[in-house]
Amino acid sequence: MDKVSKLVLSPAPHLRGNASINRDMYIVTLALLSPCAGAVYFFGLYVLLMLAVGVLCTVLTEYAAKLMRRQPFHMDGSAIVTGILLVLVMPPRTPLWIIAVGAVFCIAIAKEAFGGLGHNIFNPALAGRAFVTLSFAGALTRWIAPVSSLVADGVTAATPLSEGFITALTNGVPYKALFLGNVAGSVGETSALLILIGGAILLAFGLIKWQVPVFYIGTVFFLSWIMGQDPLFHILAGGLMLGAFFMATDYVTSPLTTRGKIIFAVGAGILVVVIRVLGTMPEGVCYSILLMNAVTPLIDRYVRPKPYGHMPTTRKGA
Amino acid sequence: MKIHVLQALGLGRRTGVHPPARKLTRARAIEHMPLPSKVILPLQQHIGACAKAVVKRGDEVKVGQVIAESDGFVSAPIHATISGTVKQITTIASPITGQPVLAIIIESDGKDEWIELTPADPQNLSNEQILTRIQNAGIVGMGGAAFPTHVKLKPPPQKHIHTVIVNGAECEPYITADDRLMLEETDRIIAGIKIAMQVLSVTTAHIAIEDNKPRAIERIRRALAQLSPPGRITVVAVPSRYPMGAEKTLVKSILHVEVPEGGLPMDVGAVVQNVATLAAVSDAVTLGKPLVERVVTVAGMVSESKNLLARFGTAASSLIELCGELDTSVDQVIFGGPMMGIAQPSYDSPIIKGTNCVLLKRSDFRDEHSCIRCGRCIDSCPMGLMPLMFVNYDKKREYEALPHYHIANCVECGACAYNCPAYIPLVSYIKNGKTELRKRGIK
Repeated sequence: MDKVSKLVLSPAPHLRGNASINRDMYIVTLALLSPCAGAVYFFGLYVLLMLAVGVLCTVLTEYAAKLMRRQPFHMDGSAIVTGILLVLVMPPRTPLWIIAVGAVFCIAIAKEAFGGLGHNIFNPALAGRAFVTLSFAGALTRWIAPVSSLVADGVTAATPLSEGFITALTNGVPYKALFLGNVAGSVGETSALLILIGGAILLAFGLIKWQVPVFYIGTVFFLSWIMGQDPLFHILAGGLMLGAFFMATDYVTSPLTTRGKIIFAVGAGILVVVIRVLGTMPEGVCYSILLMNAVTPLIDRYVRPKPYGHMPTTRKGA
Repeated sequence: MKIHVLQALGLGRRTGVHPPARKLTRARAIEHMPLPSKVILPLQQHIGACAKAVVKRGDEVKVGQVIAESDGFVSAPIHATISGTVKQITTIASPITGQPVLAIIIESDGKDEWIELTPADPQNLSNEQILTRIQNAGIVGMGGAAFPTHVKLKPPPQKHIHTVIVNGAECEPYITADDRLMLEETDRIIAGIKIAMQVLSVTTAHIAIEDNKPRAIERIRRALAQLSPPGRITVVAVPSRYPMGAEKTLVKSILHVEVPEGGLPMDVGAVVQNVATLAAVSDAVTLGKPLVERVVTVAGMVSESKNLLARFGTAASSLIELCGELDTSVDQVIFGGPMMGIAQPSYDSPIIKGTNCVLLKRSDFRDEHSCIRCGRCIDSCPMGLMPLMFVNYDKKREYEALPHYHIANCVECGACAYNCPAYIPLVSYIKNGKTELRKRGIK
């Protein structure tokens, strides 16, 4: 054969599926558009400004961090996801500078300082949220009721969870409002319906395992029920839905195996109820996931798939 | 039942991947390719000891004449695949390892003169005689691994063998060599199965074929129905899910047991043989014919993909020339399928006993990213491993940790790397880890 072109040697496999980090991240971004739209609808155009600042700051911080670490910057979409998630767990009238500070913390401290995508121990968005909550507690307690007009100023109101279970009971629990999202709360957490739509997208593309949200939400449901609370109220109010579909499912900070993921989800569910019912804070989703993030390496050490043909007697070492 | 409940909960394992089948040549009949003017025959075409050359430069040889003898039990002789003159004995890059290997180059006299063959009726042969005929014919596993067949057909006496599993799964994309053979050479395959059953003195054989080959399933079922007396040979349609054709995956699908870790199918009473191997066994035992040719699928970026019957030692370029226009952007020649095949350094790499496919493609190199711990490699691993851990420990050079994650279990099927969103070449890391462990003498 007179062909002289050089042949390229490469290791098998020579064929790849369509999975890529970019594809994963942009599907998550697509799924997040649903709760984002709800946030703008319920809390006004200011949310758009919050989203813009959040995403811009996370992406720029990642770019700067990569420059400083002399590593190539990949626009893989993970910073965008972090930026959006951070904004979605913020109160409606959060000053933009607080969002900027949170976004920088998310990427610079929670992600890049640990080694970048794939190496962080804590979910960056939740770490950022916890950081700003602890740092600027005063500025972050101004909850407002949803507005009918897209631009009008809100009326200060209590979130269903901070209002407490007793008040909710006496006034009758507004299940429908909680499900649709027409209540006070963090901008992206109020509408269970819109989060479920986003979650359905993630499930349809096979990005998340159904076991995570089901066991997480299920644990909260049954445990709050056992503890004499209103289980439906507990799963609809607060950040549980968003956390269950978009944060407890984070690849990097949750266990590798399906069994590990179930342990993670059940553990987080127990923590949510413990914090909400026995603790002093009204909401526990953020800390429940962060605490389980810390346990993830331990879960991965002990929960492993059973190797093909493995006999218990031939077990060797760790 | 237990399995179903577990699977519903997502706890049972449904492993493997679904690469696109791309079996473009499934309807193309096997074409006998013209005799090559020269053949290059590497002395190692199998797993085990390299064969030793018994001819020298200038010798006249006939087709089927032994030109290199097997060295030891786990080895196989090499035969001349054309008649002519030994032109040279030299080193070439091995099509299997890429490492230098001795090869005998024969120039054709164009006569295709065969040695005298001695046919026999398998019924009148002892097991020992049958095994000798198989060994002398140089038969090795033709599904790709190329393990000497006579060794597999002679398990140690303490192993009780009850089933022959015939591997017609052909789970790699593109390849249709076995598919065509099952359609066109059904009788030879069945004769080979009967011989294998006779040697192993078993009464049960299962022919496993992926359910994306309905015509082959149908054809063999019909042929089996006409057998008299009807033996206990059945066709089992297995799900088309890569790597179904890997021995251990196949054993689990057919017998619903797992081969113990570090063991072989014979530890659970099964011997797995590829369909093409069994057709060759039939030729060797009944006709006394040595293994000199095989069906090769030529596929990928050529205008006319084909199934060709090619003599061993034929340069890949000769096969490609018969398949129409070669796309100008081709820069990789793969021997074997796209999942486990080996990239060749030259268009002139010779077809050998384990070469079921010549795949022409454009290279698709992608930069490796950090692992995002998505767990897809774990979900797709047919051996129940955590492939990403091998990469982690390889990078840290902590090779001692690899056995804790059962690295020896890995069959290098590539399902993990196929599914990796970070483009990590997991199989390369795993092979490197195995090499490092071998260097350190750790098992």
